Amino acid sequence: MSVAQASSMNTLRYFESLCVNCGMCLDVCPHAVFEAGPEVVRLARADACMECGACRRNCPTGAVAVDSGVGCAAALIRAALTGGEATCGPSDGSRGGGSPGGGGSSCCGGPAKPEAPEER
Amino acid sequence: MEKATSVISWGNHLDHFLARVGVRRAGGHLVKPGLYALGRPTPDSPVFVTANYTLSFDALRSALADRDAYILVLNTRGINVWCAAGKGTFGDGEIATRVRATSLEQVVSHRILILPQLGAAGVSAEEVKRRTGFDVRYGPVRAAGLPEYLKTGQATPEMRRVRFSLADRLVLIPMELVHAILPTAAVAGLLWLAGARLAAWAVAAAVLAGTALFPFLLPWIPTRAFSTKGFALGGLAMLPFATAAVSGGGALWLRLLSALAYLLVLPPVTAFLALNFTGATTFTSRTGVKREIATYIPVMAWLAGTGLVAALATAVARWVVGTP
Repeated sequence: MSVAQASSMNTLRYFESLCVNCGMCLDVCPHAVFEAGPEVVRLARADACMECGACRRNCPTGAVAVDSGVGCAAALIRAALTGGEATCGPSDGSRGGGSPGGGGSSCCGGPAKPEAPEER
Repeated sequence: MEKATSVISWGNHLDHFLARVGVRRAGGHLVKPGLYALGRPTPDSPVFVTANYTLSFDALRSALADRDAYILVLNTRGINVWCAAGKGTFGDGEIATRVRATSLEQVVSHRILILPQLGAAGVSAEEVKRRTGFDVRYGPVRAAGLPEYLKTGQATPEMRRVRFSLADRLVLIPMELVHAILPTAAVAGLLWLAGARLAAWAVAAAVLAGTALFPFLLPWIPTRAFSTKGFALGGLAMLPFATAAVSGGGALWLRLLSALAYLLVLPPVTAFLALNFTGATTFTSRTGVKREIATYIPVMAWLAGTGLVAALATAVARWVVGTP
């Protein structure tokens, strides 16, 4: 395995030697972190990675690694205070909404991500 | 199989409005999971997958006006596609379950599922293929891009990018306000009753700065971290109050101490609200948010703590000296 290309801003690592140029990462990345290349995909904007993990899940050869997880401050603070795992949204079926941990944020618990109305 | 139309009714609009202001209908803004027929689909018609959240489902069906298609609604517990994907409820397991439960392979002759791009964070195309026999195609980020996607068979790079436009941000403000209103009203009300009317207004201003002004101005506030943006905004919002405190009555040192209290206690409140807004944005990473929490939460705590001491000292001194 070659040396990983990475960013100091996040946990994304890209192993170019494993890339088979299927283009899946180009399809799933919402921040154009990767760019099409003649033989392999190029890591073009590593710092823009938000660690959603879509590329890692859909890369057929494991050429991308990233520690993805809840990036919501309210959930992370709650996890730090309770010593639990950071999670968002309803923990059971009964809570269809509401902010995670009662934090002052409109993340996942509510009708949150701004793309919610537009995305499918 | 359920029927669906591409028409968004007044009832749907009301539902969307209520969702946006944080009012939950009984049972949430839910769509019944399952397979829906839009128009008059044939076995060759495309299958679109979405979440059982009304805003997601409605965006999809309204983007498919005048088309015949199937909509496979997953059970994401009323959560939108992206958040549900992050949590894994919009994922391989639920897709496999729902495909099986609806006997999709007997309804359509092809083996293609069109998923919203943002669902990819919870889905492995390979895994879905292995478990269901269906190929996953990722459509554009926004359902509005579907007509073009269906015409050309591919999403343009622009359609694959997530944005966070002014409209995207403004629509989040009601929710931010709703979350903050009760504690704010409680604190401001107590201050008001205690005779500290200026302080009551200041609390309201600091919260408004963090919940309304911050989402509005986000890209234009010139620092990188959300917390520092919040500190800057909160500091600006407190300037009129600090000025008013200085030009009030009493000894000069008392007035200065009072002004200092405004500048120390409330900007951290705005900064904290700003930090919390990371959860609603489209671009912050977990690593970034963790670093920010570690760096700035202690700063917020120290500033606010010191400021509270200053505020208490001011109140006590005024009481002792007898000046209001």
